[in-house]
Amino acid sequence: MGMTLTEKILARHAGLERVEPGQIINANVDLVLANELSAAVAIGVMRGIKGADRVFDRSRIALVEDHFVPAKDAQSAKLAKLMKDFAIEQEIVHFFDVGRGGIEHVVLPEEGLVAPGELIVGGDSHTCTYGAFGAFATGMGSTDIAAAFVLGEVWLKVPASIKLVYNGKLGPMVYAKDLMLRTVGELGIDGATYRAIEYHGTTVDELSITGRITMANMAIEAGAKNGIFHADAKTIAFVKERTNRDFAVDRADHDAVYERVVTIDAGSLEPQVACPHTPDNVHPISEVAADNVSVDQVFVGSCTNGYIEDLRIVAKILDGKKIASNVRVIVNPGSQKVWMQAAQEGVLTTLAAAGCVVNTPGCGACFGGHMGTLGDGERAISTTNRNYVGRMGSPKSEVFLASPATCAASALSGRITDPRVLELAGV
Amino acid sequence: MEARLSGKAHKYGKNVDTDVIIPGKYCNIIDPVELGKHALEGLDPEYTRKMKTGDVIVAETNFGCGSSREVAPIAIKGSGTSAVIAKSFARIFYRNALNIGLPIFESEAAVDGITDGDEIELEPATGKIVNRTKGQTYQAAEFPPFMRSLIDAGGLVPYVEKRLAESKK
Repeated sequence: MGMTLTEKILARHAGLERVEPGQIINANVDLVLANELSAAVAIGVMRGIKGADRVFDRSRIALVEDHFVPAKDAQSAKLAKLMKDFAIEQEIVHFFDVGRGGIEHVVLPEEGLVAPGELIVGGDSHTCTYGAFGAFATGMGSTDIAAAFVLGEVWLKVPASIKLVYNGKLGPMVYAKDLMLRTVGELGIDGATYRAIEYHGTTVDELSITGRITMANMAIEAGAKNGIFHADAKTIAFVKERTNRDFAVDRADHDAVYERVVTIDAGSLEPQVACPHTPDNVHPISEVAADNVSVDQVFVGSCTNGYIEDLRIVAKILDGKKIASNVRVIVNPGSQKVWMQAAQEGVLTTLAAAGCVVNTPGCGACFGGHMGTLGDGERAISTTNRNYVGRMGSPKSEVFLASPATCAASALSGRITDPRVLELAGV
Repeated sequence: MEARLSGKAHKYGKNVDTDVIIPGKYCNIIDPVELGKHALEGLDPEYTRKMKTGDVIVAETNFGCGSSREVAPIAIKGSGTSAVIAKSFARIFYRNALNIGLPIFESEAAVDGITDGDEIELEPATGKIVNRTKGQTYQAAEFPPFMRSLIDAGGLVPYVEKRLAESKK
């Protein structure tokens, strides 16, 4: 009996010939990630572990300041400083302060810290993003991260895998985000709990690295432990441009066992929207737009859709136009590198000229932290990943999740709008 | 962990996510008691006012879905809530709750049998749940053997200390 992609990576990191779903393993980790919120708690836990003075390997830990930075207030500054002091004390190689990093999940691939076949754990639920590169990556809480800091290993229950097969060519203005929203809608927010998601099919083979990042990023929105793609020529080229270390490219066996197989027809898919207040409350744009839903805020950014490719899509739609008078548009490039690239290409100028404000890279608006918090009765359409009650601010606000194109189209009209209407209009 | 816990049940629905357990704006707080003042604020702003130390949160499926923030179970514990009973838990929350010592009980029958306000008695060591109001007893799902051994060893920190000591030999 063969193994899935997830099982192969886990077996190698546990030093075993094979593993099976349900088995508990001790696995070596290639990289441990934390941000200033998860690190603050993890560092406190580590201080309480007898005999744990040093991290297991100062070059295998990444610490990224991204949630409440530039510091929202003195309390946030305290956490940022706590992590920075720890990074200095432990001589952490990969520490990213404001201005040199950005959102952790955007930064790590950019910096060549993620490669196929690796095992990465992070103190952030969207650590599953690195499955886009054929790595096993999963989010954990701070106590588990503290344990990984000192041991360089984690205990894991091997998850059963769900195989998702996407066939068909995406239509105009339909993107990886729409595919993944549809997927979360199909599976439900606990549809993949304690499971691995393995992405297959011609549609995802055609996707760019950014598209795969968007999809792997939201595996957690179906409750999954990880979401993983097979690395291909595109992946290998991306990674080799950024690192020269060796890595293994695994493939699922032909006789691998999947708990279930779900097939999604991508060819007939229209843009999708997750309506309040769960990411699986997904409807086609035609249905949502028909309700004439006005919005107060449009947000473009996050570890889901804060990449240069995403910003280019938005800039192309807004080029030479003005956003609707009833709406404010906040754009948040995912990292310093994305910000600079967008500046060089003129994307930021196009966005600003249309009436958008361009923020500094960070997670703030997405989780209701700062820099774009919603008030009572406000409604947003956002390229982010969660829309639970109060996610972006007031518990009396509403968040709709969509692709950058759908968000840009909605920015122009001030209400939730099908971007294909623009396509027909020749935008 | 205390041998026996008791308090009143506060019952909620399915998919109680970490954003409502402790809204993002409070995630820069570390102090458990401070966090506890905002427990469940996004779901039930009255919760911390109406609950008493020892009370129990009872919920349907997928409790704790969403982010990996460990401050979610820390806030619940910091509020004085003694335990959470749910039909099922989201993966990361389950692990975090055990790691920080918040007792959790998985039982469909208990959740179906308990009404808001019922007096509940819990034995974390055995998973026994007693509904004193209704005179019913339920048994929570057993922890998988590895989790049980972690709990019995006093949690992840003693486990890590043991692994560290072994590796230094």
